[in-house]
Amino acid sequence: MAEGTKNYSPYDVGFGIYVHWPFCLAKCPYCDFNSHVRHQRVDTDAFATGLVRELQHFHQLAGDRTVTSVFFGGGTPSLMPPRCVEQVIAAIYDLWDVAGDVEITLEANPTSVEARNFAGYRAAGVNRVSVGVQALDDDDLKKLGRQHSVDEALKAFKLAGRIFERTSFDLIYARPGQTVAAWRTELERALAEQQGHMSLYQLTIEPDTAFERLHQTGKLVVPDDDLAAALFDVTQELTDKAGLPAYEISNHAACDQQSRHNLLYWRYGEYAGVGAGAHSRLLTENGGRVALSAEKHPERWLADVEATGSGVIETENLSMADQAREFLLMGLRLHEGISLERYEQLFGRKVSQQQVEALNKQGFIDFDKTRQNIAATKTGMRVLNSLIALLAD
Amino acid sequence: MTKISNIRNFSIVAHIDHGKSTLADRLIQITGGLSAREMKQQVLDSMELERERGITIKAQTVRLDYTHTDGEKYVLNLIDTPGHVDFAYEVNRSLAAVEGSLLVVDASQGVEAQTLANVYQAIDNDHDIVSILNKVDLPAAEPDRIRQQIEDVIGLDASEAVEISAKTGLGIEDVLVAIVEKLPPPEGDVDAPLKAMLVDSWYDQYLGVVVLVRIIDGELKKGQKIKLIATNATYLVDQVGVFRPTIEYTGKLGPGEIGFFTGAIKQVADTRVGDTVTDDKRPCEQALPGFKPAQPVVFAGFFPVDAAQFEDLREGMARLRLNDASFEFEMETSAALGFGFRCGFLGLLHLEIIRERIEREFNVDLITTAPSVIYEVYMSNGDKIELHNPADMPDVVKIDHMEEPWISATILVPDEYLGSVLKLCEDRRGRQKELTYAGSRAMLVYELPLNEVVFDFYDRLKSVTRGYASFDYHMIGYEQGDLVKMSILVNAEPVDALSIIVHRGRAEQRGRGMCEKLKDLIPRHLFKIPVQAAIGGKIIARETIAAMRKDVTAKCYGGDISRKRKLLDKQKEGKKKMRQFGQVNIPQDAFISALKMDEN
Repeated sequence: MAEGTKNYSPYDVGFGIYVHWPFCLAKCPYCDFNSHVRHQRVDTDAFATGLVRELQHFHQLAGDRTVTSVFFGGGTPSLMPPRCVEQVIAAIYDLWDVAGDVEITLEANPTSVEARNFAGYRAAGVNRVSVGVQALDDDDLKKLGRQHSVDEALKAFKLAGRIFERTSFDLIYARPGQTVAAWRTELERALAEQQGHMSLYQLTIEPDTAFERLHQTGKLVVPDDDLAAALFDVTQELTDKAGLPAYEISNHAACDQQSRHNLLYWRYGEYAGVGAGAHSRLLTENGGRVALSAEKHPERWLADVEATGSGVIETENLSMADQAREFLLMGLRLHEGISLERYEQLFGRKVSQQQVEALNKQGFIDFDKTRQNIAATKTGMRVLNSLIALLAD
Repeated sequence: MTKISNIRNFSIVAHIDHGKSTLADRLIQITGGLSAREMKQQVLDSMELERERGITIKAQTVRLDYTHTDGEKYVLNLIDTPGHVDFAYEVNRSLAAVEGSLLVVDASQGVEAQTLANVYQAIDNDHDIVSILNKVDLPAAEPDRIRQQIEDVIGLDASEAVEISAKTGLGIEDVLVAIVEKLPPPEGDVDAPLKAMLVDSWYDQYLGVVVLVRIIDGELKKGQKIKLIATNATYLVDQVGVFRPTIEYTGKLGPGEIGFFTGAIKQVADTRVGDTVTDDKRPCEQALPGFKPAQPVVFAGFFPVDAAQFEDLREGMARLRLNDASFEFEMETSAALGFGFRCGFLGLLHLEIIRERIEREFNVDLITTAPSVIYEVYMSNGDKIELHNPADMPDVVKIDHMEEPWISATILVPDEYLGSVLKLCEDRRGRQKELTYAGSRAMLVYELPLNEVVFDFYDRLKSVTRGYASFDYHMIGYEQGDLVKMSILVNAEPVDALSIIVHRGRAEQRGRGMCEKLKDLIPRHLFKIPVQAAIGGKIIARETIAAMRKDVTAKCYGGDISRKRKLLDKQKEGKKKMRQFGQVNIPQDAFISALKMDEN
């Protein structure tokens, strides 16, 4: 890719940096993220230095920009020593302009051990934590392979609220055996604890996970589509009532509490991802867009970075058709929907007017003719994949 | 040329899985036809499909050299024959070309219906028969009981039955001895004019049309001008040879021998199986009686899933027909499925084999419509129509009456499953003709309408008897029946490719069954979809496919986009495998799966 790539987008939605920490203490049976368990001590400083080197590489690719958000994901980034987080954040400040209101999020597990690092992260510059509470039921937490108890998680979350400006309270629902009534009770309890943002994910059986193997052999039964739909509806009902409406399929926020970094993904903005298995989307000079992805294996990634400055192993130039589809499948996840004008300007194509009108008539999408904006309705959100398939034709 | 008294021609009669092909392999191996290196399993089943399914579709032949215990050299010609009822006509013509048969019976399973049908054909062809008990090495083998069964059920003397294990090679020498000592040599006059039976023919991409012949009298030589009597066409013989099973050119064939010739014949259709091959200048006086050509009894529509593949489909079918004159087709147009072909088959296995070969060898994804038999429709104005596509059913007010084909079916079943088989036959409008016992097994003869059998009768029979029943049938003629056309409506639109002709008394049950099946086969859509079965304007069954309740990805962040986009692309690819009817997408396999009945 050409050096000194700049942002040529007429719709600048920001520039974000994703930092991947690929290590976990144990692999959760539902997780298909790029996470690895190491039984020897991980050389965290070497990895932090690798992240810094890769940031330098991305600075060369993306050029001088104003960073609007940073996100530490994993794996388990709350296993990073605070000094490593600090080293990475400092490097970002060295390389780029950073917006005054920059959002710096770190995903944290609510164990008492990890909570001890919170103050250090705050000192390093982290101003938002996304706390993986996952369930308010000790048995279920065990089944999900989590290392914390409900009590421990709530304590850690309260502590996070005192230390960081913003938090997210994250739960997994539609768990095996979960009834609508049980979820209602659990969610109400969580709503009493949250501090402005919640990520509420329906459990998904992902390929190549322990849960998939159990599911295939009938040893793990998850709610069927009808029950899952009912659970989804209850979620919308209760979060709306609590003033925490969905701004995305699984994300809920009070006014101005949305995750800016994640909004960048859904608004199809530019981001640089560093770390093992991280993905990036960057604009190119000729109006194109390039998708980069890094070596997933942590030690191999580190060796690549030490040798060449970058762990990127795949570079895909996205065609206009690819970009248009990515834009649709990300943008329609948002309550705000997408601008048909922006779609046309960016990709030189139109969404089928006939399809839009048909889906509008069936109550699956709202169509604001004056603003030329479409957005999935509550009913539409539940079947979004089908809508996207129809609109992307 | 071989001395005629030292020739033995034989075929092997056996039920599927009783070891016919394995025995043939052993005979080839022990007589040195192929080295161990060249041996692969089931050498005579040359089609990929034959090996995969463990069945024989086309007759194959092999010449074996054998030195008998008396020191004399013998030539043994084996014609391997198909074992399935669909290919009964191939069995018959192969049997007509030889003098003896080996009856192979699994020493634990015993005599099956298919064995019975084929061994009677062999007896009708005046064959001497050597009984062989195979798989005697297995713990479950009961050679004494099965020997008794052969005597009771078939009426053959089985006291000298050869006990073998084709798998281990046990007793194979004894089989060779029995062939020489118990089967008669052929008869023929080398000085008489050439008279040969055309046993089979096929297209080979290197040799052109290859004609398999059995010489009765005279000689067939390279360079000779021969005549095919039925078509009155003459050809110059190009090559003459035998199969060992690899080709060996011999230059000529004499009385009693089995081999092949080639001779610039353009297509397989120019050669009629059962025809007499003679010398053009010095013809024989009397032609052989010949065979009745095989008639298709089952019809179904083949449509390309992707309309752009229509020409590929046409080409594929034409190529298959080069080698299989029993497979017929003509173009068909369906409102639902577009352009395709109406095809005629000898039976369901034949249909399945052709379908698989088209998909595999020509890479065309197919939609296959409901198989149908030929109905005779008698119109009020005295006309008679042969109907083999429900879509062509005339207006009922103009029909006087309809007739449907019936078969006589023979079923052999262990008595513990007799009740289920009787119920199955009664459910399918059967009429019991015979019920006899041989030991703990019952032999049932039922008359059944072919349209009740054509689709899944055999599958059902296997399932209610855990695979222990065997089944064979032959056509017995047409009978009047109260037949109606049942349509299927999906989202209120009739789907012509799903309509079937059915007996009025069975319509409601079939209709309910199909609607229930379609409810499971058609994926949920964004809206609810009624599925109805109707006769004329009257709805006789109804199901509703509920609207899709949930189809959304919970997590989708920056690292997930590429994967989700590729998933979307794959989903669109999958949609191409569906057919769109109005707003509804129907998967291609639904057209056949909808017909399968899970009785009870």
